[in-house]
Amino acid sequence: MIELSRVVKTYQAGLATPFTAVDDVSLRIPAGKVTVLKGPSGSGKTTLLTLIGCMARPTSGRIHLHGLPAGTLPQLTEGDALEITSLPERFLTAIRRRTFGFIFQQFNLVRGISVLENVMLPTYPTGEDHAWVEARAIERLGELGLLRHLHASVDRLSGGEAQRVAIARALINEPAVIIADEPTAHLDSRLSEDFMELMGQFKAAGKTLLITSHDPIVHGSPLADVVVEMRDGRIVAGS
Amino acid sequence: MRPSVQRYRNILDFALSSLLRRKGRNLALICVYTLVVFVIASLIFFVQALKREARELLVQAPDMVVQRMVAGRHDPMPVAQAETIRAIRGVEAVQPRLWGYYYDPVYGGNLTVMATDDTALAVESVWVGQGVARSMRVKEGDMISLRGYAGPMLFSIQKVLPEESELVSSDLILMSPQDVRSLFNLSEGLATDLAVQAGNPRELPTIAAKIVEQFPDARPILKSEILRTYEAIFDWRGGLMVVVLSSAILSFIIFAWDKATGLSAEERKEVGILKSIGWESADVLLLKFWEGSVVSLTAFLGGVLLAYVHVFFFSASLFEHALKGWSVLFPRYRLLPALDGYQLAVLFFLTVLPYTAATLVPIWRAATVDPDAAMRS
Amino acid sequence: MIQHPGVLALLLASGLVSLLLLAAGWQGLRILRGWNLQSGSEVQLDLERRTYLVSTLVANALVIQILSLFLFIFTAEGLHTQFVGAMCAAGSLAVNAFGYPTLLAKIATCLVAGVWLILHRADTQGHDYPLIRPKYVLLLILVPMVLAETWLQASYLAGLKADVMTSCCGSLFGQGREGLVAELAGLPPRIMQPAFWITLGAFVAAGVLLLRTRRGAGVFSVLSLAFLLVSVTSLVSFFCLYIYELPTHHCPFCLLQREYGFVGYPIYGTLLGGAILGLGVGALAPFRARKSLSEALPRMQARLAWSALVLALIFTLIVGIWMVLSPLKL
Repeated sequence: MIELSRVVKTYQAGLATPFTAVDDVSLRIPAGKVTVLKGPSGSGKTTLLTLIGCMARPTSGRIHLHGLPAGTLPQLTEGDALEITSLPERFLTAIRRRTFGFIFQQFNLVRGISVLENVMLPTYPTGEDHAWVEARAIERLGELGLLRHLHASVDRLSGGEAQRVAIARALINEPAVIIADEPTAHLDSRLSEDFMELMGQFKAAGKTLLITSHDPIVHGSPLADVVVEMRDGRIVAGS
Repeated sequence: MRPSVQRYRNILDFALSSLLRRKGRNLALICVYTLVVFVIASLIFFVQALKREARELLVQAPDMVVQRMVAGRHDPMPVAQAETIRAIRGVEAVQPRLWGYYYDPVYGGNLTVMATDDTALAVESVWVGQGVARSMRVKEGDMISLRGYAGPMLFSIQKVLPEESELVSSDLILMSPQDVRSLFNLSEGLATDLAVQAGNPRELPTIAAKIVEQFPDARPILKSEILRTYEAIFDWRGGLMVVVLSSAILSFIIFAWDKATGLSAEERKEVGILKSIGWESADVLLLKFWEGSVVSLTAFLGGVLLAYVHVFFFSASLFEHALKGWSVLFPRYRLLPALDGYQLAVLFFLTVLPYTAATLVPIWRAATVDPDAAMRS
Repeated sequence: MIQHPGVLALLLASGLVSLLLLAAGWQGLRILRGWNLQSGSEVQLDLERRTYLVSTLVANALVIQILSLFLFIFTAEGLHTQFVGAMCAAGSLAVNAFGYPTLLAKIATCLVAGVWLILHRADTQGHDYPLIRPKYVLLLILVPMVLAETWLQASYLAGLKADVMTSCCGSLFGQGREGLVAELAGLPPRIMQPAFWITLGAFVAAGVLLLRTRRGAGVFSVLSLAFLLVSVTSLVSFFCLYIYELPTHHCPFCLLQREYGFVGYPIYGTLLGGAILGLGVGALAPFRARKSLSEALPRMQARLAWSALVLALIFTLIVGIWMVLSPLKL
């Protein structure tokens, strides 16, 4: 479970035009459930995702992660809640790698290299055994029906395929939480339905899902356990 | 493999593939870099080769030469002084030497004429160096004519000196002492200078002091001094050229800085993606460090190799015009390779260090892109 | 003498190191003044990003500094022919009063920069930047040291004038130039030999104590520095005689030459590396109480101490082999 209390993120503080993207948000995201953040663009959904996903640090407020595996930090024992808001970047990154898998709106694949390499890329800094990572990547890609593109350059993939590569990449470190930012923005309805079906499989496998979307296919889906609506950086409904 | 080692390897692999993906841009950088290394390396190698030639030249020189100075100018020396000098303690041998320069108007160059006591050399015949034989177009058995004090003198060429000693003997004509005397009109009791050998080279300064004490007009010159002077002059010349070239180094650094700061949008986006999928700033720094090392190493090796070929196979032909007037010696037609770790280290310092330092801040800037930048775009 | 290519390279290197450290020091000052870990403000986030810049700068400066230490000795070696009475680097360094101080300053900056990187490494092990203050205070001490070294070296190199022949007078009569080395060489092996073995014994004992009981880090550190000093002195006093196989050749620099199989590199490499690691053990000792480091630090200290001991033993092994195998017997 992820717990946010009174989280604020301000950009350009102290300058003439400070901008508060997330304003005093308190929220609980239950483990093993699908939580959808909905709201118009600019409502602070994506910023909130980056704060939860250890990509950025809030200006104030606290974020606690529960149920992290022991050893994530040297002092952390099983069952402790970890307060992540004042951790240095290298610890945030270490937690992010193990805990969160990200699916980006723009897919964010590295151009010019193969599908397989793209999927393995997150594991490079961890120094895991190369052969083992490769086997795992091929398995993920196989599950997503991408085996025939294994060595193709990502530049040649269709939108749906590119997203599935991004999903395989998000899964490579076997994260407990999957975060998706407007995942259906570039997909047609049929592919969007396929995507939600895939999310259903992940939920069934026990993963926690956190999705931002203003697509009714996503926030209206029966999979969505919690729907939180945001506007102007604040929560207006749900939670 | 240990994870930390595997991490280095993974990131190195990715650095190589990144470099290859941006071939055009990196190729331009490597070309300019290689050129800078090449120019400075050529210069350093060339100076080093000249220093080495000078040292070789002096191997055969006597430990000490005593000249006579009259009114601040070099003057022939009374042979009788040799006896007095031989009496000084520590002196092993004193050899009066007869030599001089002969200007040849036909081919417009100076020749070194020297007397030899070698009895194999008959009167009115000479041994000549390769350079002399080449420029006068003569071979063994031919006759040459030299303008002596008392009119033209004819010599038969008994031998052309072997090639190995070309550096030392290229411009040399050896003849018997009496021929040298009649060529230059030197009277019997005079020599050009005296060559002094000491039993223990460490005593040479003391001996020199005693000679000056006895003959105030004598100027003793130690071999070590000549060597020192040559070294200093060559180092000075080489350094001077490096200073001149520093403008090239400087503009290269600016170029490198510019390349590094002007990370393309594509590259910036890529770093953003890497950070967003779990790379840390330190990982990106390592990636950029590998990229820089590969570029530096390639350019350094390439530049050194090209310079080596240039200097030792083509006798620094690109510098010929700038360096021709410089040489105190007659350089060989092909310089002998003289290369050591020190020269390479100096070259490394002069080229790779500035490049590395210039790219540190831009690299850090690239590496500390916010991980969420990739999401906000 | 400024135009010698090696001299230019040295001046360039020390200029770069000074520049890098001035930049690092300036960032360090900003970090010290603006640091507030509790805040998530953009200022704090920016400062945390700058810690990466500082460590990158110092790491690069240390590498350049170590390389230039050797280049400095080599340049002095190459220049000795131009000074009357100088037989090798030892003589070149004695040409003016700045030679040996430059060498010592270079070694000192290498040691401090190495210790800084050890502190930095420890700092990254804790999740709350536990060593941020001591680390940047040490950095602010390192900056003037490096500047002083740069100044000393520039003074030394600028003061070098080759004893070149002039047309008016021939020979120059120089006295033997040996300087500091001559003084060290004067220390009789009779005293230095037991001193070396006693220091080595004490160092190893302190290491074993530290590894067993995790106590005595300070003593270990002091002994590692003492081991460096005694080893260098012993090297000049008697070890090098075995390597040169000459009873009177005391030069500590000729060891780096090809004639002696470049044995000087492992010798000085192990000594310098061992001293940096040993000093690191002591430098970390005061911070063991920090909660976020309570686990990582003792482990790190043990690793450092281990490595320092191994390096000391490798050094002893190298000189020991020469001592046993050398045809020279003192």
